[in-house]
Amino acid sequence: MEKLKKKIGSISFWKWVIASIIFRLILIYFPKNLNLSSRPEVSTPLTSFRRLAEGYWLKQSSMSPYAGSMYHGTPLLLSLLGPLTVKRIEGQPNHLLYSLVSVIADVVSAMLIRANGQNLQLAYLRTLGSLDLVKQIEGSELHSSGDVAALIYLCNPFTIVACVGLSTSPIENMVVILCLYGACSRLIPLAAFGWVIATHLSLYPAILIIPVIFLLGRGPDAPPRKLFLQRHQQKGRLNQSKLPPGFSWGPIIRFAFWSLVWSVYMLVLCGISLKQFDGLWEMFKSTYGFILTVEDLSPNIGVLRYIFAEVFEFFRNFFLIVFHFNILFMILPLAIRLHHRPCYLAFVYFAICSMLKSYPSICSSLSSSSADMSGFLFSALSCTTYGYGSLPFLMCNE
Amino acid sequence: MAFLRRPLLLLLLVTHQFLQLWIASGSVNEEGQKQEEFYEELLLKPLPDRKVLTHFHFQSSAPPSTSNGRHHHLFPKAISQLVQKFRVKEMELSFTQGRWNYESWGGFDSIPSSNAKPPGVELWAVFDVPQHLIDALWKNLTHTLSGLFCASINFLESSTSYSAPEWSFPPALGNLRYGTLPREAVCTENLTPWMKLLPCRDKAGISMLLDRPSIYRGFYHSQRLHLTSTGFSSEGMDLGIILEQTLTVVLQPNIQRASLARTSEKHIQPSWSLSSIFGKEVNGKCVLAETSNVYLLLDRSLVAELKQLHKENEKSAEIVLTSENFWTNSNFELSAKPDRIFIEESSLLSKNSSILYKFEIEKYSEFKPFDLGLTWKIPVGWMCQQAPLHASRFLMGSGNERGAIAISLISTQPSEGSMGANFDGERCELRVDVFQVVPWYVKVYFHSLQVFVDQQPKAVSDIIGTIHVSPSKDKVSPGVMELALKLPCNVSSAALTIEFDKGFLHIDEYPPDANQGFDIPSAIVSFPNFHASMVFLENDYLNKSPLLSKFQEKSPVMSYTEVLLVPLTTPDFSMPYNVITITCTVFALYFGSLLNALRRRVAEEERFLKEKAAKKTGRIPLLLSKLSAKLRGRRPEPPHPPPGSSSLVNSKLVLKVVLVAGLAVCWQYYIS
Repeated sequence: MEKLKKKIGSISFWKWVIASIIFRLILIYFPKNLNLSSRPEVSTPLTSFRRLAEGYWLKQSSMSPYAGSMYHGTPLLLSLLGPLTVKRIEGQPNHLLYSLVSVIADVVSAMLIRANGQNLQLAYLRTLGSLDLVKQIEGSELHSSGDVAALIYLCNPFTIVACVGLSTSPIENMVVILCLYGACSRLIPLAAFGWVIATHLSLYPAILIIPVIFLLGRGPDAPPRKLFLQRHQQKGRLNQSKLPPGFSWGPIIRFAFWSLVWSVYMLVLCGISLKQFDGLWEMFKSTYGFILTVEDLSPNIGVLRYIFAEVFEFFRNFFLIVFHFNILFMILPLAIRLHHRPCYLAFVYFAICSMLKSYPSICSSLSSSSADMSGFLFSALSCTTYGYGSLPFLMCNE
Repeated sequence: MAFLRRPLLLLLLVTHQFLQLWIASGSVNEEGQKQEEFYEELLLKPLPDRKVLTHFHFQSSAPPSTSNGRHHHLFPKAISQLVQKFRVKEMELSFTQGRWNYESWGGFDSIPSSNAKPPGVELWAVFDVPQHLIDALWKNLTHTLSGLFCASINFLESSTSYSAPEWSFPPALGNLRYGTLPREAVCTENLTPWMKLLPCRDKAGISMLLDRPSIYRGFYHSQRLHLTSTGFSSEGMDLGIILEQTLTVVLQPNIQRASLARTSEKHIQPSWSLSSIFGKEVNGKCVLAETSNVYLLLDRSLVAELKQLHKENEKSAEIVLTSENFWTNSNFELSAKPDRIFIEESSLLSKNSSILYKFEIEKYSEFKPFDLGLTWKIPVGWMCQQAPLHASRFLMGSGNERGAIAISLISTQPSEGSMGANFDGERCELRVDVFQVVPWYVKVYFHSLQVFVDQQPKAVSDIIGTIHVSPSKDKVSPGVMELALKLPCNVSSAALTIEFDKGFLHIDEYPPDANQGFDIPSAIVSFPNFHASMVFLENDYLNKSPLLSKFQEKSPVMSYTEVLLVPLTTPDFSMPYNVITITCTVFALYFGSLLNALRRRVAEEERFLKEKAAKKTGRIPLLLSKLSAKLRGRRPEPPHPPPGSSSLVNSKLVLKVVLVAGLAVCWQYYIS
């Protein structure tokens, strides 16, 4: 009976997945992609596909892709996705190939979320088991949280818009989720790879290192130790084997090693692709520098451009520091508070980042990686309302 | 007084004569070196749309010499100092108001191709210094010129407003800098310093005609200053400079009432004279000038038309137009007798040749002022020769986010094959160079360049031979696009489109009237295979006249497109404080609420509250609790004895206040 239920559940899951994919494909075939790619809510200077095409064009005509203030992404993305900006299939929409790539990226990240959710559930069950609470939940129906999260990711209107609207954020989201997946399932090289690439793509995922360390050091679900102690004290005996493992430094050292390897590898690749131009320094200046100094004042859903378009030049640096530090300030208190739920910690970090980052868009990782943790959907919802909260700023600017 | 005045006048006259003699004798130095020379010339040309083109041409030259040092007889010192200081090899500055009408005023002669300029200020300069020094020199040059000509040329100093074209701008040399200010208003305050560079100012000679109200009433006027220096050879040797000042004005002659009386004469071209269009006459030449001539140019097609009219009258037109008493021929009448007549050598392009009448001002004086008048007797209509393609430019798209620039080239030749383009093997190609500068806030996507030939989209690589692009950098440099198009000769229309995003500026970067929009400077469309030149017979004389020798030079045909006005979104200029405060409030709210959420432990707080409620004392809370209990319909809780903590609380409060006050005192002390 239970197996049948599960089967039905998984069948409906796949149905929904296929439905969302078909929905995306239909939207892709709409004339001019519904003009979504030109909306400031969807494509920011960092994720705009047109800018990527411009960078590729400049590179093809043997100029530095960063000449002119158009492209602000990584050269790797340029070599991977660049050819797709030019290739066209007769009779098909202009950027069909790239749209297909982003659909695939979305599906892959949904699958990773699903696997992640299953991992989390297993860990949760294990802790419950060690607390002897399994019997209590056996009666209640336990939804497969991974499935729900994956479906929410796939059917989220924001992710659909991001996928159809020709922005590079589906790929960025996929890398972020890959990093979390690697950390959850203790695939240390994968986690390091995801972290390095995600940081390289959009800088903000750098703060993922804290949840990743917790995940690797202590596992995906680690309730406070005193809970166990209390429990066992009540029973009067202490079973050491049932205690959750303590913090282990081994995986973290390996993670550091692998991140070093991957970042060296990535820098070498970037260096090779920018060899005939100004090199890596120019890349850092026009990617990270562009993010940190908020040079582009074109409208987006964030608050930062709103203030920097009007703030007095004298105070510009001060406000830059304050706004960027607002993200950093929250790292430590949140880490202390949520250290036993690293996945949720990652989600909260991301929610904060996507609100306070310099060029936010609705398809930034907020809405997408939020669905990561189905257990905390309510907070995801509340955070999306935060995202909406900044929309009026955009409107009063227009 | 009258007695006194007369000898004084006599004395003045004598000294004047003496000075003149001295200057005349000084024109040949003892070393046999060439002396400084000044020429003044005026060209008049009737235009098909009932207007008159007047083109003043003044040329001063200072030959290279060692003897003069820093002194000049005729040549303006300001210019020679400028050339020396900034090592200018070639420079051109033009102030223009109005737009040259390429369709009706012609686009192929040497007058439009070198004197039709974009509205506002255009400045380009070639420097004789290594590449890395040029930008600094350019900045200083703009400031100097700004002071010299009372214009805001100094705005060209910032690197966002000038560019370095590589090959598409016709004086294609390295070390070139090019900048325009499309919105600069040109007025008499710019003309006066320009006039000051002339040796006779506007007191004598042809420049007397420059009556400010009539010039600025014109449809188009462009004052230009072009200087060429002969290079910096060795030390001690002064350099030779040729300063060419031109003023091109298109005026509408006042139509006399009398001629309009009869309706049949409505189609006759308006008759005009110098006095009727400028309100002044020429009272003799500027004594410092080598030559002082006025020319009247009849266009090729006009001559052809006149010949056609004559054929009907069974007369040989050639003879009539050039014979002795042509000036009272049946078509038109000249009020003065020309001293010489030049006929253009008929070229391959057209069988017709234009005719040039020359009038020497030397023969006229104060008592016999020169006033050339042209009176038409019969109606004539003709067309000026045009450039092979007529270029125009416009904006596409709507909204404040994006748009596209389109340059359309429409063939002016009605029939095929009339273009004298080079035949490249079997395929006939028409080469067109396009030079376009866009300011950085118009962010052009170069990959979106599209080419249409005869309304059919074509692959960019088929049509565009060479392309040179330097993309714009935000707040640093403008975007420059140089294209060499290879169009088939029988093309009837071609179009280029390129998309752009509109940038958003910081509130301080907007000009005073931001809502008017921002200008995109004119694009330059040039035809390197076509050269405008007029070769006249009797070459020996022509070398003496700078204007005519200018005509004989082969100058590439080029035309400027319209200036585009791009509206950009403007922020609310009035309330930066509101923006700052509201943003800071949002951030404070976020920060506070998040911190609060983090700090709180719900379960512990509830317990704490319960404890507190248990300890609660005092009348009002007690009453309140009773009231609430009554409302709820429960029994009031028994009051607990008050703990003796009130004095303790007070002492804590006092301690806190003292601490804060101490901190404030410390702070004050530290600050002072």
